[in-house]
Amino acid sequence: MATELTKERLLEAYRTMRTIREFEDRIHADFSTGEIPGFVHLYAGEEASATGIIMHLSKADYIASTHRGHGHCIAKGVDVMSMMAEIWGKVTGTCRGKGGSMHIADLEQGMMGANGIVGGGGPLICGAALAMKMRKTDNVAICFFGDGASNQGTIFEAMNLATVWNLPVIFVAENNGYAEATSSSYSVACDNIADRASAFGMPGVIVDGFDFFAVHEAAGEAIARARKGGGPTLLEVKLSRYYGHFEGDQQKYRAPNEVANIKAAKDCLTSFAKRVTASGQLSQSDLARIDSEVGALIDESVRRAKSDPQPTAEDLLTDVYVSY
Amino acid sequence: MARKITYQQAINEALSQEMTRDPSVIVMGEDNHGGEGSPGEQDAWGGVLGVTKGLYHKFPGRVIDTPISESAFIGAAIGAATNGLRPVAELMFVDFMGVCFDQIFNQAAKFRYMFGGKAETPVVIRTMYGAGFRAAAQHSQCLYSLFTHIPGLKVVMPATPYDAKGMLIQAIRDNDPVIFCEHKMLYTLEGEVPEESYTVPFGEANVVREGDDVTVVTLGRMVHFSDQAAQAMQKKGVHVEVIDLRTTSPLDEATILESVARTGRLVVVDESNPRCSIAGDIAGIVAQKAFGDLKAPIEQVTAPHAPVPFSGALEDLYIPSVASIEGAISRVVEYRK
Repeated sequence: MATELTKERLLEAYRTMRTIREFEDRIHADFSTGEIPGFVHLYAGEEASATGIIMHLSKADYIASTHRGHGHCIAKGVDVMSMMAEIWGKVTGTCRGKGGSMHIADLEQGMMGANGIVGGGGPLICGAALAMKMRKTDNVAICFFGDGASNQGTIFEAMNLATVWNLPVIFVAENNGYAEATSSSYSVACDNIADRASAFGMPGVIVDGFDFFAVHEAAGEAIARARKGGGPTLLEVKLSRYYGHFEGDQQKYRAPNEVANIKAAKDCLTSFAKRVTASGQLSQSDLARIDSEVGALIDESVRRAKSDPQPTAEDLLTDVYVSY
Repeated sequence: MARKITYQQAINEALSQEMTRDPSVIVMGEDNHGGEGSPGEQDAWGGVLGVTKGLYHKFPGRVIDTPISESAFIGAAIGAATNGLRPVAELMFVDFMGVCFDQIFNQAAKFRYMFGGKAETPVVIRTMYGAGFRAAAQHSQCLYSLFTHIPGLKVVMPATPYDAKGMLIQAIRDNDPVIFCEHKMLYTLEGEVPEESYTVPFGEANVVREGDDVTVVTLGRMVHFSDQAAQAMQKKGVHVEVIDLRTTSPLDEATILESVARTGRLVVVDESNPRCSIAGDIAGIVAQKAFGDLKAPIEQVTAPHAPVPFSGALEDLYIPSVASIEGAISRVVEYRK
């Protein structure tokens, strides 16, 4: 419930969501000029999921992310400056320009990596959770995946293993309705991804991914249970992405005005702002101040990313191995 | 150094000593102890061929049986390695790489580079390979060249009990992902193995036999076949140098090139299929870097470009034989332009 969140926490949630939105909107704009290389998959529209879930975590808790990973990274505390530089392919990037958008990782922040392989993170997060369990900590590990990955065997195997080993894992299916250009209403054989939870002996929960508070509450329950040794949960977050599968995707497979209608009716930032100002928990000026600070942060990140140096030939063959 | 144990016992001893030394070392795989969740005996198998037998009771909670879900548990071993453990995961037969290869080559092998040098993945994947067990096409392949192709993986091919122990200890202490390939026909091979812990470094080939007429570069079980062929050729007055690569990644090029510079003749013996193989790789390196030293065309002795057959009559024809190695050695010695 919203009342359980202090003003400080609400400000933090809004700042995280706004940072993700601003970051993604800016990349969308800069990609269209041809300055950003490679494949970029944007998280705009899905901010309430990463934010509502990851707010429950500490650095020592791990997450595994997806190709649509910028939001998870920002929410987990990966430095925005270094992320932008990475996406621009600069040596100052999170991965020194060797990973790019699809591979941003920062283990010091408990961020195991975005992943270019659909469903790749499921097995890995089980390992992170096994290490936590063997060390007898109360840490948890979150596996984010999409409706596309929900049909991958790695996810099925990982969910089974997590229950067999009673691991502190939350499987978060971010169902944005489309795996690339294919509708989940076609590709997912059951009505809800969460319906599969019972097959793997864990609770399945469906939550409205446009509603930060609903996500925060549902994730809180699952995470608290996992921390106490109660085992894994499958949390299906139903949401929508505003931009295409990747930048350049015209989204012709979507209904006319589908995105515009969703934005108008359900946008997570708008509904958050409406709720917290109506309740008097935050003021318009609180939000405006954050908007302005976040705008300046993203401006600065782009400015630096543009002017920062490229990696050089000397970087090409380093870090293939720890020892050679 | 009088004590003799088998290749299989050497692997078990390496695991046991490393698990004693370092509490972050764990062992996981299908039936690594055997009997988990069952009403009967625990540690009933100790691995499908008993290689990990006894570790379960010695190290409570650290020998973990897994579901038959190679993607999940190989991936979990990799994930655990990024979070402070040093897992030794067993991919029972290397042929099963097909159901979990993504976790190995797209995940483990890439983390360090892709994450800008900020990740370490100290995982060992032990796996059984090779023909001769009448185990047919899906349980007998070599496949080490597929791993060798991938930057970021180290690939280890012990041929003797001594190397099996020393190289497994090295693999566990190494901070990169290591594919540790155990030839199933070598498990019962006995050899001298020190009781104390020791390491054998990677990237240092072993000159098993010295000779100045022909260089034979080989690995795994073929080291023994090549040495037998070399013994036979010795009686004919041909002095063969036999080089055991020990690791295919990293590769000890220097030892190969130094030997070929002396002998001028090269035979590569590799149990795997011939296309895009270690044999072809070594031949290519020598052709490029030691062309001027060669007095004869390079010979490659490999399995044919066919799956491994079941029938013993066929499998014996399939596996490179001592006679076929002798034949190749004779051809390079007798070659005249």
